[in-house]
Amino acid sequence: MSTQWETVIGLEIHAQLATRSKIFSGASTRYGAEPNTQADLVTLGYPGVLPVLNREVVVMAARFGVAVDANVAHRAVFARKNYFYPDLPKGYQISQLELPIVQGGHITLRLEDGSEKRINLTRAHLEEDAGKSLHGIIEGKTGIDLNRAGTPLLEIVSEPELSSAKEAVNYMRVIHQLVRYLGISDGNMQEGSFRCDANISVRPKGQAELGTRTELKNLNSFRFIEKAINFEIERQIGLIEDGGKVVQETRLYDSDRDETRPMRSKEEANDYRYFPDPDLLPIVLDDEFLQAVRDAMPELPQVKSQRFVTEYGLKASEIELLTAARETADYFEGVTAELGDPKLAANWVSGELGAMLNRDSLDIADSKVGATSLAELLKRIQDNSISGKIAKEVFAAMWETGDTADSIIDSRGLQQITDTVELESLVDQVITDNPTQVKQFRAGKDKVLGFFVGQIMQATQGKANPAQVNKILRDKLAS
Amino acid sequence: MARQRQTVAELSRLLRSGTATSRELTEACLQRIAELDSGLNSFINVTSEAALDAADAADQLLSDGTAGPLTGVPMAHKDIFCTRGVTTTCASRMLENFVAPYDATVVERLAEAGMVSVGKTNMDEFAMGSSNETSYFGVVRNPWDQERSPGGSSGGSAAAVAAGLVPVATGTDTGGSVRQPAALCGITGFKPTYGRVSRYGIVAFASSLDQAGILGLTAEDVALVIQAMAGFDERDSTSSPEAVPDYVAGLEASISGKIIGVPKEYFSAGLDAAYAEAVHAALDVYRQMGAEIREVSLPNLSLAVPAYYVVCPAEASSNLSRFDGIRFGHRAEGATDLESLYKLTRQEGFGDEVKRRIMTGTYVLSAGYYDAYYLQAQKVRQLISNDLARCFDEVDILAGPTTPTVAFHIGEKIDDPVQMYLNDIYTVSVNLAGLPGISIPCGLSDGLPVGLQLIGPHFAEQSVLNFAHLYQKETDWHLREPDQRTAEEPG
Repeated sequence: MSTQWETVIGLEIHAQLATRSKIFSGASTRYGAEPNTQADLVTLGYPGVLPVLNREVVVMAARFGVAVDANVAHRAVFARKNYFYPDLPKGYQISQLELPIVQGGHITLRLEDGSEKRINLTRAHLEEDAGKSLHGIIEGKTGIDLNRAGTPLLEIVSEPELSSAKEAVNYMRVIHQLVRYLGISDGNMQEGSFRCDANISVRPKGQAELGTRTELKNLNSFRFIEKAINFEIERQIGLIEDGGKVVQETRLYDSDRDETRPMRSKEEANDYRYFPDPDLLPIVLDDEFLQAVRDAMPELPQVKSQRFVTEYGLKASEIELLTAARETADYFEGVTAELGDPKLAANWVSGELGAMLNRDSLDIADSKVGATSLAELLKRIQDNSISGKIAKEVFAAMWETGDTADSIIDSRGLQQITDTVELESLVDQVITDNPTQVKQFRAGKDKVLGFFVGQIMQATQGKANPAQVNKILRDKLAS
Repeated sequence: MARQRQTVAELSRLLRSGTATSRELTEACLQRIAELDSGLNSFINVTSEAALDAADAADQLLSDGTAGPLTGVPMAHKDIFCTRGVTTTCASRMLENFVAPYDATVVERLAEAGMVSVGKTNMDEFAMGSSNETSYFGVVRNPWDQERSPGGSSGGSAAAVAAGLVPVATGTDTGGSVRQPAALCGITGFKPTYGRVSRYGIVAFASSLDQAGILGLTAEDVALVIQAMAGFDERDSTSSPEAVPDYVAGLEASISGKIIGVPKEYFSAGLDAAYAEAVHAALDVYRQMGAEIREVSLPNLSLAVPAYYVVCPAEASSNLSRFDGIRFGHRAEGATDLESLYKLTRQEGFGDEVKRRIMTGTYVLSAGYYDAYYLQAQKVRQLISNDLARCFDEVDILAGPTTPTVAFHIGEKIDDPVQMYLNDIYTVSVNLAGLPGISIPCGLSDGLPVGLQLIGPHFAEQSVLNFAHLYQKETDWHLREPDQRTAEEPG
């Protein structure tokens, strides 16, 4: 019975840092280029070449450290992790072991029941990514693409304090949001810019000592992480309940079959023989540097959410989407600043705009309608020039043509009819034309009002001001 | 017997006065190599054509009047420096056909200074050795006695300079690989402070110890050449941003009143008596120049060789991991899977000494042994550095023997690694502490050269060269030449 079991999960997240060049050379980090076109001599590990640290990665790692309230080390040291693999050109990976750049730190999870849980971080360290093996490109051979080799990674290691697959995903989403807010990673999971390994163990509830753990490698979508961890928890519990033992090993998640499998045991036998890399000087950070990092800190997600509640009077449910990415929040604030109506802005940014971005698979930074343009459209709702319904039509036209709201409203004659005399004559006409429905309404069938409104909207192609039409209808039908 | 060797300074004067052209000097070098090197085996690759092209370009600069002090002077590079378009073998089967697509910083800077490289010199495989017997391309012979070793690992460079094949050649010094062969071949070998010369383009052996140096006939010559080699390089993070002073300008400074420290441990058991005598005589020369000789102590000297032979193989084991048969260098035929490709390639590509060091290095870094060996060795390294730093609180420079004996016979020590490693007893501390050191000829014992080693504090290159130069003004040991018999000059 699974109720008597407790799960313990720790995550190692690899966030690719958003630098233009590699961590130890000037080669480009651009994704998707032809194999090995971004492998310079340093990337290839040629005899005699030496690594030179990209300063930007230090700033980015420090920014992360400050954001999670960690100790950003005054002295951090790169170490070599030695092992042989064809996608590892030097035969060692440059990483950090004993003196990582970020030590400790914590983040706060908001759980489903509304409570908060603090998750402590062990560390976050800088390292270089490996290349990748390509199968099936050359018949019967394995190709090596070293474009990715040397790409800067920040490996963020949590304490084993997550207690379910859901919590693990929640944690990963918080870190994902954070690194994107900080501008240090694009978080693109499909391109492998954000992925994680999960260490999982189970133990009887109340037992202090941890169970034997397994490590799940290379989980690169939120959905798979949850499924993979759940599968692994069930597998471990099943194993123990059947009298078996969990073996400490590295396992891979197969999303096609929804199961985890052990990796070849040979990979486990590695003794990495870490030692400080003599080619690189220790990173030494002074207080002045750290102060500059602090001064340049953007507003963090949780602070921003809080401010949106107090400053704009929005509800938690409305804020979640708006603050998911810094760019969305900035867009929302841009619209609100011009409009003065946070509620209307929030509805549109999360609603119409979100739907269009989704449909065209665009990031908000690439939105075809900018914040100022959207605000101009929404002002026309505010001043009753158009109805909300017409506004959607105008918005769609703005999206397609790039024209302004006003020029579309003008050229298409979408201006709302607010002239009382004109509306009254329309209402009179509808009442005259539909005596049966008038009778029904007067007999107390209130719903029929909608029918009349519909008739008038049809007659005006939706341009009649609905509030006015409602009022005039009620007045006339009551008399 | 007429002098066969000429210094860089002399050649520079000949070139700039128009008395000789670079092409003539380069042709003379190439001819001498052709005549003598079949016996010495000091070169792995002689690049005659490229050398003559470079000489012609230098002659153009000389006639344009835009030449510098080194323009047109022939030289050679140890085959550990990467050279674009020319093989860089590290004297290993692993790199037998390896052509680097770029020039090492040292190669680039000396070419920019107008020097003409005539080829790549032999060495111990991957610079691992003290006798030049571990080369895949065969042993190098000492011009003073061809039955004897020229030392190593820069043995090819040392033999070539001693025999007058080139006036000057580059070397690298990880544990004494410039100073020791210089001593055994009776020439001047200089290793600057760690970080003074860029390591970019030097095939890495032990990264925290490797330093490029220069082998020549005089302190003045090495000063001239090191001037062009030294300085910060953004491609090497461990190269120093410290400004490079004018080394030649500092050569003549008086040393009267300066204090020379003599570590008493350098004269204990193991040092050959006649060798010791020659070194003492050299100290007397300094005394006569007004320097004070003061005994000092390096209490941890006996730990230097053991510590060195932990740190250096540890780094080497990692540095040489890239030779896996995948991207460059030797690749074994007949591998059946990835692991056999690695194993066969490395088994075939590396020689015994290289394998010994990779195994040692792998062992001292492995789980359970790291603390007892690698970490312990790093602590000893710190102690040795501290000992040396303490000496420099009270003395200006340290002096002593470069090696325990004169050149030993080929084959004498090659089967006994411990005896071979002890040959580095006086040189490795300098690398562990990253200090500048020089070896200059200071006598002959049984007709074989004796080396005097001078060691300075960090970045005291100028002082070390100054002491060496003044000694060479007072003595003529550096002018003694091995008895070379050439076709033109029979016996």
